[in-house]
Amino acid sequence: MTKLFSHGGSRPGAGRKKGTRKQEPTVVMRIPQSQQTVVKNFIQVYKSQTFQSEKITDTMSRPSQQLRIHAYPLFSSKVAAGFPSPADEYMEKRLDPNDFLIDNQDATFFVTIEGHSMIDAGLLPGDKVVVDRSKQPQKNHIVLAVVNGEFTIKRLSISRDGLAVLLPENHLGTYQPIVINEDMQFEIWGVVTGSFRRF
Amino acid sequence: MSNRRRHIALIDVNNFYVSCERVFNPKLNGRPVVVLSNNDGCAVARSDEAKRLGIPMGAPWFKFEAFAKQNQILALSSNYALYADMSNRVMRILSQFCPDQEIYSIDECFLDLTHFQHLDLDDYTQKMRQTIQQWTGLPISIGLGASKTLAKLANYQAKKQHHLAGVCNFNQFPPTILDQIMMSIPHTQIWGIGKKLARRLSNEYKIATAYDLKRANPNQLRRQFSVLMEQTVLELNGIACIELEQTKAAKKQILSSRSFGIPVTDKESLAESLTLHISRAANKLRQQESVCSTLYVSIRTSPFKSSEPLYHGYRCVALNTPTNDTRKLLKVALIILKEIYIPGRRYAKAGIALGDITTTEQQHPYLFEEKQAITDTRIMNLLDDINKHIGRDSLKIAREGFKHPWKMKQEHKTPSYTTGWHSLLRVS
Repeated sequence: MTKLFSHGGSRPGAGRKKGTRKQEPTVVMRIPQSQQTVVKNFIQVYKSQTFQSEKITDTMSRPSQQLRIHAYPLFSSKVAAGFPSPADEYMEKRLDPNDFLIDNQDATFFVTIEGHSMIDAGLLPGDKVVVDRSKQPQKNHIVLAVVNGEFTIKRLSISRDGLAVLLPENHLGTYQPIVINEDMQFEIWGVVTGSFRRF
Repeated sequence: MSNRRRHIALIDVNNFYVSCERVFNPKLNGRPVVVLSNNDGCAVARSDEAKRLGIPMGAPWFKFEAFAKQNQILALSSNYALYADMSNRVMRILSQFCPDQEIYSIDECFLDLTHFQHLDLDDYTQKMRQTIQQWTGLPISIGLGASKTLAKLANYQAKKQHHLAGVCNFNQFPPTILDQIMMSIPHTQIWGIGKKLARRLSNEYKIATAYDLKRANPNQLRRQFSVLMEQTVLELNGIACIELEQTKAAKKQILSSRSFGIPVTDKESLAESLTLHISRAANKLRQQESVCSTLYVSIRTSPFKSSEPLYHGYRCVALNTPTNDTRKLLKVALIILKEIYIPGRRYAKAGIALGDITTTEQQHPYLFEEKQAITDTRIMNLLDDINKHIGRDSLKIAREGFKHPWKMKQEHKTPSYTTGWHSLLRVS
């Protein structure tokens, strides 16, 4: 049919875009602006089907080939549907040794015992002792003290002259009491409140 | 006006790293001590004695080693496990004194004591000091003011003036006295005024002290600098503009990089090191429940060796899917390494950065990968859980390697006294 009039009929460029008809149906998707290049790159790669080469742009923009969906069975463990256990009401939380050993966790430190000076107090070499810095040291406490820059663990006592004395506890008598005089640097670092060991 | 005035405290531990070391080694008391950065590179903490000997902050250690020996300055490698544990103790104890707390850095926090103003705040803050000193053995300084900026300045003053016994409360001073104090504090000590800003302020506005900036015109400075500068001026005038950030803001960028103890030439070692960095960074990312969409990888030679050509290879790439999966990030990092690695160079440092960080909820569903993210988080979370229970690095990407001959120098590291059973203090 020949065209007689300039009106009517199909306009150039109208209709579906070229090439879209033969391929899969398409959908319009919103993508974040920042990812525009990534998506464009992807489509480019998708078109050229060059999935195999390990160049950086490809790896960045090709879809993962491990499209797996992990399905979990609805009931992965048995559910008891009978009567509630009569023991449920008596459930208490498990015993935690920390509760037993520690009063103030922010002020508590552990120290390893070396030597035999306190074996009569039950502190053997290798034992871990609990030192609480927030406790006010008193007479007869076992303390971690610093004497002239050296740490030592001894029982705190007060002499008749009112001086602090650090007593070892070993019946063999190989360790001597340390009497603190004014010329010594002395500080009580913390109070020993307990100990523990593994066999 | 007076009952609307805020009472904000800035508390920090004096010479924090050095003080931590001294708790477990009393022989260090009274001696000049410095703590070195990772790889024993430069001095990052100095005792007062070391400061008096003129060791500057950040001093490259190889330049000071001879001087240190002469003056019997003791240098220790940093022991971050110990510092982190001690920091947590201090912060928890302080939060018992006041629940409105912003942890600002490893050794600093703000407390909003406005609701405690019915107490004698001088007594209350002294009690904080005594408690921290007794419970942890660490010395702290406390500055109090009507704003965060003033609290910082007061803290500076508390350290400078020894007669203040570690606590300086600006809110207690009559205005004229406070102005006099501020005249004595250089403007470089003001919170938020860095070197560059300080130079501009002194050159263009003849501002040299905290008082000068307090008296400056906030509107004018806002136009010339930014709204932050205006805030600083208002804060110096006792008007609190910057609130405490009590929830820790998620990091916008995560960096992980280290210098090597010995120069590295082979690609395999670089790959191992990058794997380690990726593992650390991705773990942090998962902890704050975020994902990243850019990855930056860098390897460089030493800038201190003038005999060798300087090389810095780096690349930043955008990821198709935001991720926090160690394996995915690693895959990309190793491809980048292949592209930037030049054989024959002696590499001194490798590092990575994760950028464009968003929370997992903000994530968009992506073309072709909708379900993938879900399976990934399960595996990675399992990895994190296992490492949390059994110990850090129990389970790791094999690529990380085991020997790490390039691992950083830590020649003077003290034991992790509070975090390892085998490193406890041994006492007889």
